[in-house]
Amino acid sequence: MAVDKSMNVLIVDDYKTMLRIIRNLLKQIDFNNVEEATDGSDALIKLRSGNFGLVISDWNMQPMTGLELLQEVRQDSRLKSLPFIMITAESKTENVVAAKQAGVSNYIVKPFNAETLREKIEKVLAHA
Amino acid sequence: MLDVPQLPQRLAQLRARYPASDPDMVADVVRAVLGTMRGDLTANEAALLTEVEELAQTVANARAEIAALRADDITDSHIPSATDELDAIVAHTAAATDIILECCETMDRLGSTLAGEAGQQLQDVTTKIYEACSFQDITGQRITKVVSTLQSIERKVAHIIEVFRRDAFVDGKPPQAAEEASLLNGPQLPANAMDQSDIDALLASFD
Repeated sequence: MAVDKSMNVLIVDDYKTMLRIIRNLLKQIDFNNVEEATDGSDALIKLRSGNFGLVISDWNMQPMTGLELLQEVRQDSRLKSLPFIMITAESKTENVVAAKQAGVSNYIVKPFNAETLREKIEKVLAHA
Repeated sequence: MLDVPQLPQRLAQLRARYPASDPDMVADVVRAVLGTMRGDLTANEAALLTEVEELAQTVANARAEIAALRADDITDSHIPSATDELDAIVAHTAAATDIILECCETMDRLGSTLAGEAGQQLQDVTTKIYEACSFQDITGQRITKVVSTLQSIERKVAHIIEVFRRDAFVDGKPPQAAEEASLLNGPQLPANAMDQSDIDALLASFD
């Protein structure tokens, strides 16, 4: 199934340089409609007021973490099926398991490369 | 048997009961009295006495060594200075990374005006630069962990200084570091980290 690259993508990270890197990598694989949020609560406001087809979120943020954002998304009747990719340096088994149990669509460990990002996005959107 | 864990508490109680007494003088008196008793002691009691004396000497030595360390410098100067230096490293590398990204974005724009293989090669190069720039996020998180460790050491050193200033042994416990969210571990060292293929395999095990 062809991926709709015109969809709105929300990227969430408290580190502006990382947002910039992910935005540029997404642009290189033709995702040009990208919005940014700097923590989970900021992201939740944007998700509830906007129309997004994919969330790519960091985990370790304050005041609302990526895991808490994911839990909120999965409990929201309108957002619960939204594809959600976690990109994080948290690479312990317990982290991956917790994210999976919370309903993450896929999990990318930092540092990552553009090919991994492209592959995971395509995989997640193919199952959406 | 002497209840060793309770010994500091008993000593502290005695100190509280006789606050005006000079500890060195008391130690001298105890040593002198015990010295005269040696002939009346059993072998076990004598061995115990020797251990108590060694314990007292160890405590005295530790106090002297800590005093000689000028421990205040650790909390007042050394650790704050080290954390400031680390914060500066994060700030400088972040600024440098932003400049690299800005240059890379310019190259990306130029690349889109080039046709054929040259444009593709330029994009491949900028992709690699973007990937490499994510080092800043990882090193930033690692440095934050080091800063947090230094601050924890600072709290413990401050507690030790406070305890020795109070001349008490077990009046309080060291302050506990703020409880971390149990799942937040930050970046793992390469030898301990799961790589992307390990994570993919773990996720697949749920399917």
